[in-house]
Amino acid sequence: MATAMFGERVQRLADAKLVRGEGRYIDDIPLEGALHVAFVRSPFARAKILSIDCDAAREMDGVAAVYTCDDLGRLDLEMPLLIPHPSLTEPRTQRPLAKGEVFHVGQTVAMVVAVDRYTAEDAIRMVDVDYEPLEVELDLEAAIQDDAPRVHADVANNVAAQFVQTVGDPDDAFARAEHITKIKVQVDRSTAAPLECRAIAARWDDITGELMVWDGTQAPISVRGGLASILGLDEDKVRVTAPDVGGGFGQKVLLFYPDELLVPFAAMQLGRPVKYIEDRNENFIGSSQERTQIHELELAATKDGEVLGLRDSFLHDTGAFIPYGIAIAQVASTSIAGPYRVPNIWVEFKAVYTPTVLVTPYRGCGRPQACFAIERAMDKLADELGLDRFEVRRRNLIRDEDFPYRRDGLVFADGLPLEHDSGQYGKALDMVLEHIGVDAFAAEQEAARAEGRYIGLGLGFYVEGTGLGPYEGSHIRIHPITGKVYVNTGLTCQGQGHETVFAQITADQLGVAVGDVIVVEGDTGVFDWGVATFASRAAVVSGNAIHKTALKVREQVLEAAANMLEAAKEDIVLEDGKAFVNGVPDMAVTLAEVATASNPLRYAFNEAAKTSTQFAPAFNHDGPALGEGDAPGMEATDYYSPPHATWAYGVHAAIIEVDPGLCSVKFKRYICVHDCGRMINPTLVEGQIMGGVAQGVGGAHYERIEYDEDGNPRNANFMDFLMPYASEVPPVEILHLETPSPLNPLGVKGVGEAGCIPVGQVLVSGVADALKPLGIGPLEHVPLTPDMIFQALGGEKDE
Amino acid sequence: MKPPLFDYVTPESVEEAVAARAAEEDSVLLAGGQSLLATLNFRIANPALLIDISRIAALKGIDVGAGEIIIRAMVRQREVELSDAVHGANPLLREVLQKVAHTVVRNRGTIAGSIAHADAAAELPAMLLATEGVVDVQGPGGTRVIEASDLFKFHLTTSLAGDEMITAVRIPNLAPNTGWSFKEFARRRGDYALAGICALVTLDDNGRCTKARLSACGIASTAVRLESAEAELAGSTLDENTIARAAKAARDCVTAADDSQASTAYRRHLVDTLTQRTVAVARDRALERRAA
Ligand SMILES: Cc1cc2nc3c(=O)[nH]c(=O)nc-3n(C[C@H](O)[C@H](O)[C@H](O)COP(=O)(O)OP(=O)(O)OC[C@H]3O[C@@H](n4cnc5c(N)ncnc54)[C@H](O)[C@@H]3O)c2cc1C
Repeated sequence: MATAMFGERVQRLADAKLVRGEGRYIDDIPLEGALHVAFVRSPFARAKILSIDCDAAREMDGVAAVYTCDDLGRLDLEMPLLIPHPSLTEPRTQRPLAKGEVFHVGQTVAMVVAVDRYTAEDAIRMVDVDYEPLEVELDLEAAIQDDAPRVHADVANNVAAQFVQTVGDPDDAFARAEHITKIKVQVDRSTAAPLECRAIAARWDDITGELMVWDGTQAPISVRGGLASILGLDEDKVRVTAPDVGGGFGQKVLLFYPDELLVPFAAMQLGRPVKYIEDRNENFIGSSQERTQIHELELAATKDGEVLGLRDSFLHDTGAFIPYGIAIAQVASTSIAGPYRVPNIWVEFKAVYTPTVLVTPYRGCGRPQACFAIERAMDKLADELGLDRFEVRRRNLIRDEDFPYRRDGLVFADGLPLEHDSGQYGKALDMVLEHIGVDAFAAEQEAARAEGRYIGLGLGFYVEGTGLGPYEGSHIRIHPITGKVYVNTGLTCQGQGHETVFAQITADQLGVAVGDVIVVEGDTGVFDWGVATFASRAAVVSGNAIHKTALKVREQVLEAAANMLEAAKEDIVLEDGKAFVNGVPDMAVTLAEVATASNPLRYAFNEAAKTSTQFAPAFNHDGPALGEGDAPGMEATDYYSPPHATWAYGVHAAIIEVDPGLCSVKFKRYICVHDCGRMINPTLVEGQIMGGVAQGVGGAHYERIEYDEDGNPRNANFMDFLMPYASEVPPVEILHLETPSPLNPLGVKGVGEAGCIPVGQVLVSGVADALKPLGIGPLEHVPLTPDMIFQALGGEKDE
Repeated sequence: MKPPLFDYVTPESVEEAVAARAAEEDSVLLAGGQSLLATLNFRIANPALLIDISRIAALKGIDVGAGEIIIRAMVRQREVELSDAVHGANPLLREVLQKVAHTVVRNRGTIAGSIAHADAAAELPAMLLATEGVVDVQGPGGTRVIEASDLFKFHLTTSLAGDEMITAVRIPNLAPNTGWSFKEFARRRGDYALAGICALVTLDDNGRCTKARLSACGIASTAVRLESAEAELAGSTLDENTIARAAKAARDCVTAADDSQASTAYRRHLVDTLTQRTVAVARDRALERRAA
């Protein structure tokens, strides 16, 4: 048996191309005569539009068209509410171009199409919009007051949705409590900041009536469906493809951004290809963001730290629109008990409109907030009870024998009951503490303090429901001429390395080299059943679909090869791109030969075709070349639909040094123990974790989208929005733990978002531990900035 | 983020550049472009004409003489940072430059450009103040010399006339028995500092401070000299108590209002810490140099 590729550290197949600069992003697609788009965007957070005068812009040289909402016909609409929910009583969604009023700075008001982006940017300055500014309230807690200015005139208290979920009998748990810990925590807004901003290009073919769209999206199939329905075209006449895409992190899954509708629309109207390449400023003010939540959480506990119940009430900032419904808040509310048993839960949230760019899931999607809330509370509980914070965790973790552990009453974001399927939570905690040397650390900390240095140990435990449905599919075909294996699936890649892990899964079933598996994703012209890339789901959902499909093709190959070699199917071995009879390696046919032989019409294109004629036929029956039920070729399509989310988890810990003179922090060590079930490729898993930790470090210490009190973004650029550089991100020591998921054939769980979830808690608990001797005040807000540390140390002292 | 339309010329002499500048009021000099191009792309600046001075041979090269270092206007920051001759004459420069942006930015950015740009948080203006350097300036009326103490008027504003340009930056060599230090705190490596302190202290044979020069960036509307702190140090042996007193005086030089990165109180705290640390390092280096 050849080495299984599943689990191997196979080098990423896409890298050679990408590092040579041969990647093809939207802006690299040559489109002769393409026109370029720029948008007039609102300079006000809330305003009435009194008039828009486009005349001067329309008359400029090089300007092909200027559109306002009045020029859009059927496209002048409210965008779809993607995920309705009964609790979402006041859904409001964005429009392609503002109609009569604006709801955030950066909202698209008019679109200019011109010969190049320079001219388009000149022209947007010539569009004269008369606004009447309205009052705004940016503060989340103030926004829900009765007299607060409203984002949507008819939505009282700015509350879009209010939802309560309950597990067990929380009131009883609080009545029985020997101790109650209360905490209020806040996580601020950030943005995904993908390296490639969003981009879209479109070409309309008048002769065939076909619309070709290149969209840097995570969801081409859904974009295709939506475009077809809104533009009134047959789905087969619209092809959406996502070529190489430079990062997404959730921001590129929204459908629709204004440009995603308007660029194809303009291409059809103007009869020329049209391109929109979003710039960084537009990405900051026009593309979705996430994170602000304020949680007020209470734990009911016994004196020895057993948590009996949890109550959490939180506010979720949804920006000006809520196309994704309550998804983020729902993930946060159902992840609120973390890895702990907590048999009684009451969790309530309000999703609140603010006059800011819309909020949709960003890597982590509510989990960093939930993790920060429960983990800060666990530390506080331990502190108040005078118990060791790790021991309190150990006493409450879901035990190995508790799995599958259901939280009856909580419905996860996939609309299904929440069940932690598998894991070894206690072992993960032990591993991280042992690896970081928790026993020796106390002495180190003492010694450092004697030298006037302050080091602390931070730790955060997270859980993540991954691999959400409903389904994905795949189509696999062995190419008759080359014997190469083509794998198609509907979701898309933004740099994660899908092509590598999907090739590994396929190679194992078909006995071919990983390099001979060509994975094509994100092109509705190739495969158009499926959902999208989000929710740490590609490996779980597409991975298992590909596995199931590969098994089917394997069966076909075994059958055909057995016929050709006149041997029993059970004796056929697939290895090295060949099928041979076990123990008789000379009795072999290549996959190319098998694939050729399985086509009744075989031209002698090449050697494989010629040699395949020397074998017995691939189909073993009398009568017509293709018997009833036979199909030409070695190919199959299959689908995988998960029963419900499969739950990954992990613990991160760090040694953090704080310099009180500067209030600066430094990660001296950063350790991650994680379990994403069976790993398809540990190198890629580690890449996902490191990237996640980097984004987590951003959210923990650096990144905060800031608005002034009028709702103007204050740091919409990379100078002022502090995305950490490589120099700010610590090396991560990663320890793997593998508990196979019982829910899918491959035993895998998602890992895409995991890395970013606990970092805020790791940093904050480490800083709190380091500065304990200086009497540090409560730290319950991330990003935790140096100035916040300064304030928590008591502010300016006149020593 | 595309610049508006502009004309572009590449003079080959300072005179030509100055003439071009005088002929078009709405013109701007382009040196390394590391600050200017961003302002164009953001359309903060909208000049009719860009005068690219990078091809002027007379603006290239560094001279390290017995008394001073002459850095001509088109010398890139990276070249100065890597120059051993400069380092031998005044080691403060390398220490400061290593905190200015990132290598790729320093590969193009110029010393003169940074000083002309006069960002209140930039390191090089503070360096020029502490070293008591000067800039050579040329305009239609001829040349003149502007002392550092007369140069910086406000954030992004100098005392150069609209039609003048810097042709060279001159920095005195490090005086004997003098120690130096530069420290800053920036949120990310290579960012503009929330606060930065330059310290130069000269000791006599008894270890008494005969001269102290302290300057700061990031704490006011320009780079500033910390004269009240200097006064605390002069004449002392730079013992810890004196340094602490000087640091306290330095705090009061903070005039920057609260901004999104730092409150005034926190900046005062940073200035206190950084002053203590830079003066202590400068003192120790001065002692080492005296011993050597
Ligand atoms: C990512 C990044 C990070 C940075 N970080 C820092 C930092 O931490 N600290 C820091 O100090 N700087 C930083 N900078 C700015 C950098 O140092 C610039 O190089 C410098 O401020 C300007 O130098 P330049 O040669 O590029 O000038 P340009 O950008 O070409 O010009 C800047 C201004 O100076 C004028 N000018 C240029 N030369 C002359 C002259 N000879 N006479 C008169 N006027 C002239 C120009 O007309 C223009 O107004 C950063 C820049 C970037 C892009």
